[in-house]
Amino acid sequence: MAGALRQVEDLHLVNLTKKFGDAAAVDDLTLTIAAGSFFALLGASGCGKTTTLRMVAGLEDPTAGTISIGAKDITNLRAFQRPVNTVFQSYALFPHLDIFENVAFGLRRRGIKDVKTPVNQMLELVELSAMARRKPTQLSGGQQQRVAVARALINEPDVLLLDEPLGALDLKLRRQMQIELKRIQNEVGTTFVHVTHDQEEAMTMADTVAIMNAGRIEQMGNPATIYELPKTVFVANFLGQSNLITGAAQGRSGDDILVSAHGQTYVVPAARSTAPGVAVIVGVRPEKITVLDAVDGHRAPDAHNKIAGRVTDVSYAGVSTQYLVRTPWDQELTVFEQNVIVGDRCSVGDEVLLHWATEHTFGLDGAQDVHAGVLPEVLDLEATASALESRGA
Amino acid sequence: MRFIRRNLLGLIAILVLVYLFIPIAVVAILSFNNPTGKFNLAWTQFSTDAWTNLCGVPGVCSSFVTSIQIGIIATIVATALGTMIAFALVRYRFRGRSTTNLLIFLPMATPEVVMGSSLLALFLNLRFPLGQWTVVIAHIMFIISFVVVTVKARLQGLDPRLEEAARDLYANPRATFRYVTLPLVTPGIAGAALLGFSLSFDDFIISYFNAGTLVTFPIFIWGAAQRGIPVQVNALATLVFIIALLIVLGSQLVNYRRRRKLMSV
Repeated sequence: MAGALRQVEDLHLVNLTKKFGDAAAVDDLTLTIAAGSFFALLGASGCGKTTTLRMVAGLEDPTAGTISIGAKDITNLRAFQRPVNTVFQSYALFPHLDIFENVAFGLRRRGIKDVKTPVNQMLELVELSAMARRKPTQLSGGQQQRVAVARALINEPDVLLLDEPLGALDLKLRRQMQIELKRIQNEVGTTFVHVTHDQEEAMTMADTVAIMNAGRIEQMGNPATIYELPKTVFVANFLGQSNLITGAAQGRSGDDILVSAHGQTYVVPAARSTAPGVAVIVGVRPEKITVLDAVDGHRAPDAHNKIAGRVTDVSYAGVSTQYLVRTPWDQELTVFEQNVIVGDRCSVGDEVLLHWATEHTFGLDGAQDVHAGVLPEVLDLEATASALESRGA
Repeated sequence: MRFIRRNLLGLIAILVLVYLFIPIAVVAILSFNNPTGKFNLAWTQFSTDAWTNLCGVPGVCSSFVTSIQIGIIATIVATALGTMIAFALVRYRFRGRSTTNLLIFLPMATPEVVMGSSLLALFLNLRFPLGQWTVVIAHIMFIISFVVVTVKARLQGLDPRLEEAARDLYANPRATFRYVTLPLVTPGIAGAALLGFSLSFDDFIISYFNAGTLVTFPIFIWGAAQRGIPVQVNALATLVFIIALLIVLGSQLVNYRRRRKLMSV
């Protein structure tokens, strides 16, 4: 494709704000999206990610701030004047036009006479050449999705916006389309800005992920970096799962901070802590923890952080096993263990020792709510479970 | 017993359909009658006289043509105006919008006798000569409501993202309307026009008040009914019914063909 050879430029959002009445959907957002990158805006519904996208597309007017591509300010351009195209959430294919005409729409509106060659090329790219004369309703969800991508990409936009493009597809097809989209992006070299609430989708597809919450970006970077070192409780809970223990800093030992919580001391590398004061939340990802039967407790390395507890639930999930372990202070921790062990696994009721390397520990500002970023449905479920439990006891 | 229980729903459906179509069947059958007296009420003898000599009775064909002319003019004007009103009501927030929405329904709810007589009073006061144009004006007035309601429903069902997608794909407001909005609303507009035409064509009460000496098809039948309706009226009515039926069947057939063709690609 010609797109790969084209000079693409960075997309800059500067102090972008959108208010609906008094509520700020997007709050003073400043962001640079590198040319040719696959960028994901990740967040729960209502966090402002779709509004941000619509402002870039020109479908929504910002209350304040500017949008520019390279040095060119596009803030005041109308949607049809911007070198930006969108793949809509429900595809928004024109039902009265066939696939060929849907894809040719943008070219025709720009007065391009010979649409046949580019349209056929584009249909080939998305492997839909055979469907050219069908109407959108005669296509499956995955095919419609590819038409939506083709219809946008044929215009060789500087930026392609994708608004939850895979939301309507079932899980298996979604995985397939993720790979497909990634392939297309590599091939055309256009900047992709992808809005999603699916964290796995964001991590597998994007070079850079920005996690949005309440109209602001909580953390931005390479997916692995964010996952390994979340900087806020929201990110720790929203992107994957985290075990978070509230404690207080007791002092330092070399490059480490010593945090005491529930009568025990945890070591947090200072470089991995964002806590500004004494209140610290100690965090660790579930798969970093090793479970030992309490009698084998002495085998845990001395330098590791440790917690004793009792197994309350074991769920086997093929590649891994998930344990829920109740600590003496009645907090439930989650542990994922790779199923590589031969022989007995721990079972419900076992006394165990959890341990993990200090370099996997992260420290967060203790002033935050430990439940930030946990889906409300999950919180409800937990509340119900504990209510049932207390009634049974 | 068992048979009846199993097929009760189907039987009732057939009975309802029979009930609906018996009057039409009677009209069609009697168009082939050769009545003995003035009144075409009882079957006497098969004849195709009425069909071969459609305009045989003075006044039948001229009133038929008058009605069609009035229907076409009233439909075109009312559809254009009604469509614009529907767009304004759905797309824009303005002062008096909900009042307008309500007022649009009034002509549909007003008894025709009241509307016909008050229109007549208006025309007489304005010293507007009664005739074809007063009938056209009266028809436009009550058809508009139906057009607005039909087109509005279609517009409200239109996914706003389709127009956004068009804007996103370099279509300026005019092109968006021309290539996306209009084609998608056209079935609604066409439906409204067909409905409007049939309403105009068979309106009697309002037309009768405002026609002066003009004779439309329904007025002709009304007048003829006093002295005996000529068989030609049955034939013309059947003809209209057949034409309407052919239009519906034709559009169904075109759709079916298109679908078949697409499936075989």
